[in-house]
Amino acid sequence: MYRYDEIDKQFLADRTAEFRGQVERRLINEITEEQFKPIRLMNGLYLQLHAYMLRIAIPYGSLRSRQLRMLAEIARTHDKGYGHFTTRTNMQFHWIKLREAPDIIDKLATVDMHSIQTSGNCIRNTTADPHAGATAEELDDPRVWCEAVRQWSSVHPEFSFLPRKFKIAIVASLKDRAAVRIHDIGLYMRRGRNGDLGFEVAVGGGLGRTPYVAPTIRQFIPAARLFSYLEAILRVYNRYGRRDNSFKARIKILVASLGVEEFARQVEAEWEKIGEGSDLPDTELARIRGAFTPLPFETLPASSSAFEEARLADPAFARFVRNNVHPHKQPGYAIVDVSLKAIGETPGDCSAEQMDLIADLAERYSLDDVRVTHEQNLVLPHVRLDDVPTVHAALAAAGLATPNVNLISDIIACPGLDYCALANARAIPIAQHIAERFADQDRAELIGELKIKISGCINACGHHHVGHIGILGVDKKGEEFYQLTLGGSGAEDAEVGKILGPALPENRVTDAIEQLVEVYLRERQDGERFLDTYRRTGMAPFKEAVYADVH
Amino acid sequence: MPTYIKLKDGVAAWAEDAFTTVADEEKLPRGDVIISLERFKTEGDHLLVEGRSLGVRLEAGEAVEDLVYDLPRLSVIALVFPKFKDGRNYSSARLLRDRYGFKGEIRAVGEVLREQAGHMVRCGVDAFEPYDGSTPEQWQAAAHRYRHVYQRDSDARVPAFVERAQ
Ligand code: SF4
Repeated sequence: MYRYDEIDKQFLADRTAEFRGQVERRLINEITEEQFKPIRLMNGLYLQLHAYMLRIAIPYGSLRSRQLRMLAEIARTHDKGYGHFTTRTNMQFHWIKLREAPDIIDKLATVDMHSIQTSGNCIRNTTADPHAGATAEELDDPRVWCEAVRQWSSVHPEFSFLPRKFKIAIVASLKDRAAVRIHDIGLYMRRGRNGDLGFEVAVGGGLGRTPYVAPTIRQFIPAARLFSYLEAILRVYNRYGRRDNSFKARIKILVASLGVEEFARQVEAEWEKIGEGSDLPDTELARIRGAFTPLPFETLPASSSAFEEARLADPAFARFVRNNVHPHKQPGYAIVDVSLKAIGETPGDCSAEQMDLIADLAERYSLDDVRVTHEQNLVLPHVRLDDVPTVHAALAAAGLATPNVNLISDIIACPGLDYCALANARAIPIAQHIAERFADQDRAELIGELKIKISGCINACGHHHVGHIGILGVDKKGEEFYQLTLGGSGAEDAEVGKILGPALPENRVTDAIEQLVEVYLRERQDGERFLDTYRRTGMAPFKEAVYADVH
Repeated sequence: MPTYIKLKDGVAAWAEDAFTTVADEEKLPRGDVIISLERFKTEGDHLLVEGRSLGVRLEAGEAVEDLVYDLPRLSVIALVFPKFKDGRNYSSARLLRDRYGFKGEIRAVGEVLREQAGHMVRCGVDAFEPYDGSTPEQWQAAAHRYRHVYQRDSDARVPAFVERAQ
């Protein structure tokens, strides 16, 4: 984990002091709500249906135990005892009082956390591979680069008033666990011909009412030139992105309207003029790398008898291992996914007690490291195989050992009409119904990887466009309806899903999901996931099953 | 004479405005004026020959590149921030200072609020017509809210990565 130095701490202190002053000016009506709005939005404070919502940045989804404990403390003292992990790997509290917001911000600062740039038209929190630093697949630890981006983008003088919000993602392995191509800029770490490190650069992804998968605009930029290249992209966007219509203001629209080649040409031309003066010196990159505490891995045998015995003796543990435990680069260690999708609960919600427990487990068993995934789960990235049974038992006792990662009940859902002022329909109850219908874990495993993603409106915070099955809440004459899409993916085979047919009333959605699953089980050939079968057969058999009774 | 805020050796202070801002349909008064890019293109040469000092008002979306060859002859570039949210002219300021070496006054006009002070100063803006009635003291405090900055930019501030290496 990156350790803040004095400069980082003082920067944060200055920011919190500024925000406190601004809230005070608002509370005594020295500034109006209208004037206050852009200010609070720079600090992640939204006005929602019932109360203020505060969005706290979890930079590249990485937390230490004491940080997670502080989130628990805030949940207990300032909210209703729980918080919500989002698809941006941030945490949201939905029941905040304005006058308490500065205190919360101060508390966060004591553990090097903040809510800076979690909203507004600026560069937001960078998404990283949640298995960074633990998976053997990666070329480098992407968090080093994410942290460099975090610093570079913090209160950026030129790029804080962009046409629209701006999101960057970085992964360093071939497997994409960060939905890179639905970001404004997606960076894939690559090796160049001479073996040097660099990035493939994709620009212009995003969901919302015009979803795009980001096209690659440059195959390879040497790592040392990353920041001048980012500056070039951001400058072209800041100058030429549309500002007349907020629905057309994301960089994806600029890229699409210019065409990928012309956009890339403009970026290259700008980049050549910028030169190396805007790159981060190697010494600073080395310092950031060094500020990530080296992890004290033990030298262990590659297998563990405690682990193997538990697997044989306890079918529930074996199931958990099959679905939630992944290989680690260090022999004798494992990556443990903690599902926040317990059947019947709200996806991504976590109670203060659960946060405390996970913090304790991280401290004792995972080298003080917790990750948040864009699929709204948590990860204990460095657990000794010997300890996995103990960790599993502790998680199970707190309702946190649901063995469903990547399965049909591991659903992404946005807050929807239960909280969000923009929603057309509820998302959470839909997720709950589907999870309950597929609560039988044997059946869920038989179905295998199936990603369902639900958004309460076209803003697509629930990433429905890139769900293998996507569900979008629409409003039909005041009633909640749901439009299904098939074939989307946010992973390395990224694609935007296609509409299945006319929107369905709420009471038809879970049945329709079941019908889709039936078709898949009937049609699938060996080893195929739902997505693979759909891609082979096309829409027809699925459509037929769901709309059969309509004919 | 109307007043505005100007940085002198990095310190914000009231200054008297020697320039008159003239809209396109208005008749030109005597003396030093700030005019639109459009008007500058047709009348600029003639006004400079008359011995006036000139400023050009650049709307958000107008390209600084159009002025590059005239910059040595201009005293002021007034960058318009039509709305708090509209950040296009931050890029203009940076390019004017860093890429094209403009040494004259860069003035922020439009919806110019204290919350932008730090960003503007860092991008090389050195004169301000605040929309929110800020005083130079308030402006100065807002612009220097942060003891540290993370980026190298058009002002003289030392970025964190240089501080750390020292
Ligand atoms: S997708 Fe729509 S309903 Fe859901 S959180 Fe986003 S804006 Fe709100």
